[in-house]
Amino acid sequence: MAEWKVAQPKNKAAGWLEERLPIISLVNNVVGSDTPTPRNLNYFWNFGSLAGLMLVIQIISGVVLAMHYAATTGVAFDSVERIMRDVNYGWLIRYMHANGASFFFIAVYIHIFRGLYFGSYKAPREVLWMLGVVIFLLMMATAFMGYVLPWGQMSFWGATVITKLFSAVPVVGDSIVQLLWGGFSVDNPTLNRFFSLHFLLPFVIAGVVILHLWAKKISDSGNPLGIDVKSSADQIPFHPFYTVKDAYGAAVFFLIFAAFIFFMPNALGHPDNYIPAQPLVTPDSIVPEWYFLPFYAILRSIDFPLGIPGLFELVDAKLLGVLAMFASILVWLALPWLDTSKVRSGNFRPMFKWFFALLVIDMFFLMWLGAQKAEGNIPLYGKFATAYYFAYFVVILPILSRKETPLPLPESISNPVLKPAE
Amino acid sequence: MKLVKNIAIALTLSAAAFTGAQGAGTAKHPLQIDWSFSGPLGQFDQASAQRGWQVYKQVCSACHSLKYFRFRNLADIGYEEDMIKAFAAEYEVAGEPDDYGDPTTRSAEPKDPFPNPFPNDNAARSANGGALPPDLSLMIKARHDGANYVYSLLVGYEDAPADFDLGLGMNYNSYFKGSQIAMAEPLYEDAVEYEDGTPATKEQMAKDVVQFLMYVAEPSLEKRHNMGIKVVLYLLILSIILYISMKKIWKPVKAGRNFYED
Repeated sequence: MAEWKVAQPKNKAAGWLEERLPIISLVNNVVGSDTPTPRNLNYFWNFGSLAGLMLVIQIISGVVLAMHYAATTGVAFDSVERIMRDVNYGWLIRYMHANGASFFFIAVYIHIFRGLYFGSYKAPREVLWMLGVVIFLLMMATAFMGYVLPWGQMSFWGATVITKLFSAVPVVGDSIVQLLWGGFSVDNPTLNRFFSLHFLLPFVIAGVVILHLWAKKISDSGNPLGIDVKSSADQIPFHPFYTVKDAYGAAVFFLIFAAFIFFMPNALGHPDNYIPAQPLVTPDSIVPEWYFLPFYAILRSIDFPLGIPGLFELVDAKLLGVLAMFASILVWLALPWLDTSKVRSGNFRPMFKWFFALLVIDMFFLMWLGAQKAEGNIPLYGKFATAYYFAYFVVILPILSRKETPLPLPESISNPVLKPAE
Repeated sequence: MKLVKNIAIALTLSAAAFTGAQGAGTAKHPLQIDWSFSGPLGQFDQASAQRGWQVYKQVCSACHSLKYFRFRNLADIGYEEDMIKAFAAEYEVAGEPDDYGDPTTRSAEPKDPFPNPFPNDNAARSANGGALPPDLSLMIKARHDGANYVYSLLVGYEDAPADFDLGLGMNYNSYFKGSQIAMAEPLYEDAVEYEDGTPATKEQMAKDVVQFLMYVAEPSLEKRHNMGIKVVLYLLILSIILYISMKKIWKPVKAGRNFYED
């Protein structure tokens, strides 16, 4: 597949370095002028590099915040206020970091759903896709622990609710929760270990990102037509074509990001997190950050046990909910084998398109449901939305890939003359 | 006497707990005021913030602390250094122990935070019928639609409707969750005499104190807005330049050129 080109830098010093450590070749071959890339990538392909940029911004702003933050329950909240008030440009760095988490998730969600629509999970990119799922899981853990650090009311109660989920695990559940807490409730040891892990995990993410890029190099980028590259005419060098396109996309993305940082920095947060944590006062409603809401809605929707009613329970309701929540992401790992259609791009799958559109609507609906109080019809809607979510992956895709007649595929990327599907 | 007081506290607390539990969603939507600080170009109204400082100092500070606010911050709302020193000097704070190890007091300086009216939370509770007056430093950011909410709360005191079961020592205010609040109506006509001669109506004082508290909650707001305009303009121009560069660089691609043929 992708061939490796050895760089021959004209500059003597660069040549000297390249001979000893081929780092110039590495960059050139992954995101440079020696990276042949499909010539037809659309703007949805911008979000990978955007997610990478957001990771860098989060790490840099986070490291600076850590220089001023104190992970001790008595002073954590105060130290954040000190950053906001007394540290030079502390307010800017903190708002950047807090909103940066949201924008990182925006980029990653678009990146994931681009993959779902254009079949980026299909051969030969299964491992590339699975590494992406690992990154997403790590991001969720990192974001969750980061939200605990300001030690506001939502921090404390969010940490309590989410860590308690693990008590649903049979036999060892309570031990896991104690291990997470470092005691018998969310307290100073919890805050301390969360800070430590929140600092560590982004670097683990960066490591998996390198594997993700390596896998991208091996299998090459996919493309909106979903067909393989047939000849060199189908390709253009990554640099300068996609570097300039990514730069343009980044400027527009940062424009929106900046509007949030400077003009509505608290719009995506919850006002309760400006109240210091009070272990004896439960907030009216405990709402996770927006990027967790779809999965939180799935968790809450499962309020029934697995088993035969009145006879026996195989899995109790609480555990089933937790399993459903984890399964809703882990199912992505099996996606390459659930969707066996040879056609990658949704553009050539007339029925798939509609089910996919419904999945996107379903995700937004779940997000809305996750923010509501579980009263009235909300749990019922939640069950329908959860049912569709899982049905899409484990029922609809396997059936569709056998029954659906795809549209004729173009012959090549450079020569989009239609030919009948094989 | 102590027994009566304890019973009163217990009743107030249970009333508060009860309304807290069932009161969600029963608060009235706050009045919408056109604040000088809202919107992307919003700035503080310095005269109003100064009046608000006067209201806080003379009314609110009897019960509410402002622990993240230091006297030196008053410079941001237009006070001169000597005035700030004079404001601070009105308050006594704990000093270093003297040579014999005995505690001392000294007058406050600009570097000091605004002194808490109570030595601790229990003292604050006991002086306020069991209810703890919250710190106001972040109040505007700690409530949904905070500026409008605090304004509405301050002007929203009414007599309870006849069929309303008001707890002992509680006050009726339909902007508060559950419609009863332990805080007695704090503002009344001419509660303060404004130094700049503005008539001190209830609405005026409420607006001014919200302006001041917004400043305390978000001291970087003006700097943030000013920088934001520049950053957004910069990124806008950068986007346009990059878009034009992209179009230019991509021309041969659009023309169908093969870059790998010799």
